[in-house]
Amino acid sequence: MRLEPRTDTPLALRLLAPVGAVVAALALCALLVAWTGAPVLRAYGLLFEGAVGSRFALTETLTRATPLILTGLAAAVAFRAKLWNIGAEGQLYMGALAAVVVGGGMLDLPAWALIPVVMIAGMAAGGVTLLGPAVLKVRFGVDEVVTTLLLNFVVLLLVSLLLEGALKDPMGMGWPQSAPVVEAAELPKLVARTRLHAGLAIALGLSVLLWLVDTRTIWGYENRAVGANPRAAAFAGMPVTRVMLRTALLSGGLAGLAGAAEVCGLKGYLTLDLSPGFGYSGIVVAMLAQLHPIGVVGAALFIAGIFVGADAMSRAMPVPNYIADVLVATSLLCMLVAGLLARYRLRRG
Amino acid sequence: MSSPVTGGPEVVLRLAGISKRFGPLLANDNISLTLRAGEVLALLGENGAGKTTLMNILFGHYVADEGTIEAFGRPLPPGSPRAALEAGIGMVHQHFTLADNLSVLDNIAVGTESLWRWRSDRGAARRRLLDLSQRFGLEVRPDAPVGDLSVGERQRVEILKALYRDARILILDEPTAVLTPQESAGLFETLRRLTADGLAVVFISHKMNEVFAASDTVAVLRAGKLVATHATASTDRAKLAELMVGRSVKPPAPAPLSPGEPVLELAGVTVASGHGRPLLDGVDLTVRRHQVVGIAGVSGNGQTALAELVSGLIRPDAGKLSLKGSVVGHGDPADMVRRGVARIPEDRHSAGLVGAMAVWENLIAERYHDSSFSRFGVLRRGAARAYAREVIEEFDVRCPGPDARTQLLSGGNMQKLILGRTLAHGPDLILASQPTRGLDIGAVSYVHSRLLDARAAGAGVLLISEDLDEILALADCVTVAYHGRLTPLLPHDRVSVSQLGLLMAGHWDVLRDILPETIDAA
Repeated sequence: MRLEPRTDTPLALRLLAPVGAVVAALALCALLVAWTGAPVLRAYGLLFEGAVGSRFALTETLTRATPLILTGLAAAVAFRAKLWNIGAEGQLYMGALAAVVVGGGMLDLPAWALIPVVMIAGMAAGGVTLLGPAVLKVRFGVDEVVTTLLLNFVVLLLVSLLLEGALKDPMGMGWPQSAPVVEAAELPKLVARTRLHAGLAIALGLSVLLWLVDTRTIWGYENRAVGANPRAAAFAGMPVTRVMLRTALLSGGLAGLAGAAEVCGLKGYLTLDLSPGFGYSGIVVAMLAQLHPIGVVGAALFIAGIFVGADAMSRAMPVPNYIADVLVATSLLCMLVAGLLARYRLRRG
Repeated sequence: MSSPVTGGPEVVLRLAGISKRFGPLLANDNISLTLRAGEVLALLGENGAGKTTLMNILFGHYVADEGTIEAFGRPLPPGSPRAALEAGIGMVHQHFTLADNLSVLDNIAVGTESLWRWRSDRGAARRRLLDLSQRFGLEVRPDAPVGDLSVGERQRVEILKALYRDARILILDEPTAVLTPQESAGLFETLRRLTADGLAVVFISHKMNEVFAASDTVAVLRAGKLVATHATASTDRAKLAELMVGRSVKPPAPAPLSPGEPVLELAGVTVASGHGRPLLDGVDLTVRRHQVVGIAGVSGNGQTALAELVSGLIRPDAGKLSLKGSVVGHGDPADMVRRGVARIPEDRHSAGLVGAMAVWENLIAERYHDSSFSRFGVLRRGAARAYAREVIEEFDVRCPGPDARTQLLSGGNMQKLILGRTLAHGPDLILASQPTRGLDIGAVSYVHSRLLDARAAGAGVLLISEDLDEILALADCVTVAYHGRLTPLLPHDRVSVSQLGLLMAGHWDVLRDILPETIDAA
């Protein structure tokens, strides 16, 4: 028996790969669950129920999925152009920062005008944050994995500085948090008496829009060509540098939007625990989705469901909710293997 | 050992009924061959005919599905390069397997000594190497680092490495692909010395002139089958070409045309390299309509910079580049395309095509901004696919359709795709860099006829090639690149292959013989 590369991977197999990876990850993590002494099937049952079993569970999962869709898109867009943006977490905080600054009462606009302004400010802040590393990459060949990753810590320290100083909420009882955004900047709720907000609609709309741009426009065409073979794209006359910078703005912008939407839709103000690693989880989302904009939605829902469900499960039985992190990480590893296997076929002899 | 009944020298190698299958592809189909001591066997065939597969089976890299190999009368265990080495079979791969940072002596001795011994006997190794080198006229400096050697010298090291291990059968995989004509002649001389000593040689080739220069016997493979084995002296080029391709192939015959107005003019063009000698050093060159100008030269003498310049990827640091009389200042590939330059890149895989994208997407890559392919930034995918279907038909690209992924195409079809992309729009100038490298005879003759058609239609062609036969067959004028400079244009009928070889090696004094009047005037 040996592996042989496939010349072409059928669509069914490409769709099957993430499903197989998730099943394999659940099976592997079952060992850990069993180790805690809990019945595996009941634990997974509770997890499932906690994720989608009720109106509350479902809206919580969708709420959790909203920033993940956006950071997942940010990673997918960048990775397709071979721009390895590991800095979505920092760009998300920059977007959130822009949202509390612009939406904090400095503009007196009605909601229909203020919300777009705040969202665009968030996108701009995130985009500009990634533009720096991208310029360094195209001009001097500086490795963007290093620069974007390290910028995350710079941004977090900057946010920390501002929350302790200039942006500190005077009514905040001394907590390191910003003043809340004004009411007109708050995103409307999608479902009454839940936390689900209009950010989800924005995220879903963007994933469809990006898919259309990717397949139907010359922008997407250039992006795909530059991502797959920059040398051939340059030879054919495509503006490779411009495509890279454009991609950086877009990717950083999507991550920044995630931050702005979390502030204006969910939290209302900025703290240092706004994001439990949405920027990093976005990478997992993008990989599970095989960098497909529509696939990102499914992958984000899955990961959000795991996190929300694991919380519910851990309340009911002695399995710590860290199992969610392990499950997500295992899924990513399994996905990488599945992606590889999908490109090969097994042969006898 | 007994001589075979048929008489003549001893049979040293016998392949019987070798078959090898890769998935649906039958790479070797029941091939039987014999090789005698003192014989040079040329294994001739197009790319993908199964030559290299067969030799890899012989050397133990692959295991044959069927068939047996006998070396010196004893069966050779399959799948073991070590067994092949021990049986006296040595292989010189197309891409050399030498360590650049080690000396010649170390490269040759590596792997021949037991790892369990304390010290290596370098004195003995050196004596043995010098003895072999003298006996076969393979001059090398034992202490030179391999990284400093020329390609021809490296090949000598590879051959010595095999001889050092007592190879009595030597396999050479496309040995001349990287050599100048003079170096090739040197190699053939070496092969004669080896066979005079009783060694047997198999060399793999798809070039006809080498077969006649060096071999005693020629075996032709086509699509995995052995189609003929002939004594080389009893056959001729046309017959071998027909056996290789399976149909008769006509050599390109450019109709005599008088050159028209200039389409490309370089005046004193210099391209700096950033360190040391410039890539192009004050180059003057004119290409006219109805004219093919061939640039010969060993690779690395400025051809790449010249191609990048005309492709619009770089701009001259000094001097002027004009197209149809107007000076082109900035390096911009899209601008070059708009100005009517059809560019065939040297490396079609990495620079020409985006393998992961569809055929139609590659076909519009140079003109997707045209209103026929996009409007307001939205691709007109239907129109692009329809256009792709036309080009596929017109340029005979063998593929499942416009949506096929480009990397699944064969090399020849990829090149046809590039021809279709560039030639379909009636270019004024064609830049063809190594347009037939790695293609089989059928595809080569197709590319040649397309280039000549374009020449007849009024295009000027700048042909950069390492294949002198190609240049002499197509070009009206030839110039040789050496250290970033170009010789004056030489009419193709006044220059011979050996003169070109000398020019390629930097002996520009032969220009005096070729062009007495211009040199005296200068």
